[in-house]
Amino acid sequence: MQTGWSNETVREIFPAMWDGFLVVLQVTLVAGIIAVVLGLFVAIGERGGPVWLRRPLSLAFQFIRNTPLLVQVLIVWTATSLYINPDWSAFAVGSAVLGVHYASYTSESFRAGIDAIPQGQWEAATALNLPTRRVWGAVVLPQMFRRSAAAVGNWIIAMFKEVPTLFVIGVMEMVAQARAFQGQHYTGAVEGYTIAGLLFLAASYPVAVAMRRLEIRFAKSNY
Amino acid sequence: MDKSFGALKVLDELSFRVDPGERVTLIGPSGSGKTTILRLLMTLEKVTPKADPERDGGVVWVEGQPYSHMEKRGRLVPANERWLRRRRSSVGMVFQQFNLFPNMRVLRNVTEAQVHVAGRSKEEAEAKARDLLELVGLSDKTDAYPSHLSGGQQQRVAIARALAMDPDILLLDEVTSALDPELVADVLAVLRDIADTTSITMLCVTHEMGFARDVSDRVMMFDSGRIVEQGPPEAMFSEPQEARTQDFLRAVLAE
Repeated sequence: MQTGWSNETVREIFPAMWDGFLVVLQVTLVAGIIAVVLGLFVAIGERGGPVWLRRPLSLAFQFIRNTPLLVQVLIVWTATSLYINPDWSAFAVGSAVLGVHYASYTSESFRAGIDAIPQGQWEAATALNLPTRRVWGAVVLPQMFRRSAAAVGNWIIAMFKEVPTLFVIGVMEMVAQARAFQGQHYTGAVEGYTIAGLLFLAASYPVAVAMRRLEIRFAKSNY
Repeated sequence: MDKSFGALKVLDELSFRVDPGERVTLIGPSGSGKTTILRLLMTLEKVTPKADPERDGGVVWVEGQPYSHMEKRGRLVPANERWLRRRRSSVGMVFQQFNLFPNMRVLRNVTEAQVHVAGRSKEEAEAKARDLLELVGLSDKTDAYPSHLSGGQQQRVAIARALAMDPDILLLDEVTSALDPELVADVLAVLRDIADTTSITMLCVTHEMGFARDVSDRVMMFDSGRIVEQGPPEAMFSEPQEARTQDFLRAVLAE
């Protein structure tokens, strides 16, 4: 078994790692959409939904937020393949669990954005008799997005970095690719994980900088 | 009617009526319940319920119809959101803190409810908004965001926004209290103009005694959630009968 760094191995493993990286991006896209859309609905539900729904909704997502992602991934994967449908792909199930898990965080950021809107905005909307749909769509959500965008963006970056958790159920992201390569060639783990780290850094750093800029721009804007 | 926040009784067996087109000014020390009355009329607060509204009162009536309550199987019960939505369209309010929508330009602040509540076409709403913005002296600011306007300008937009819905009753809640002194005059001039040229019923909480004297038909002095004294402004300001009114006016006019 070869030990130590080998540039030859880097060349050999890179295509597999690149495939893994593309899978990471795909998972991030799917899970990110779930995290943002579901998180938004949860926040709206907690603040504007029927009163009987608010507490259970809040508790359910508090539960999700306070249990480990890895455990959730394993439970849902096991349960779906045993009891629901064994043909569901690890990619689909993994992305869904990741998205719902992070929706529990984004919903908090959206909710904080809603709570930061002055009470007077709601009162003005009532005084004008605006229908509920307009109160949310024209008054509350536009103001909330400005306040929440940067925080939610940071949750998506955090989520992106947690995609490797899904290797435990066989999603062929970068860690799984490196392990598969090592299984076949008895080498490449160090090179593979290093490439994985560099690709994560290369992708998340520019996004983090962009989020910071967005935050500054919104802070200077009209509202 | 009564209004309590927890154990704090803000309005105490209060009962008064306002005639259509009447201009009423509410004065009194802070915490006396003036603003709460306006907020009740705007349905931002609810009256403290009574077991039997027919007998005990505690109901706000507007234009001869129950307002805070609705009729259900021949009894008055606290109004639900649907009822309030139907009834409060005849009431408009201008707030101390303006509360313009900061994400909308001035013009859209004035058209938003016209289009989505009154059901007017966009063109019709914009024409009306431009007329009203001209009335309040801001026809050159239609495309500005509220954050680019002075407090006085924002408050005049807020007045135009309320008037755009053609309210029968206009509630003015300390509309000049948050303004720098030099901006107060413009806002009051607009309100005087509206008082002179329309027949809108106005309820006005203010510390501007000159304004109260000029526009109101009746001044009501409040203290501890009760009406201490009321009457036409000349009488109230020149020869108040109650010691509390005299003290209050002396304190305010000394400023």
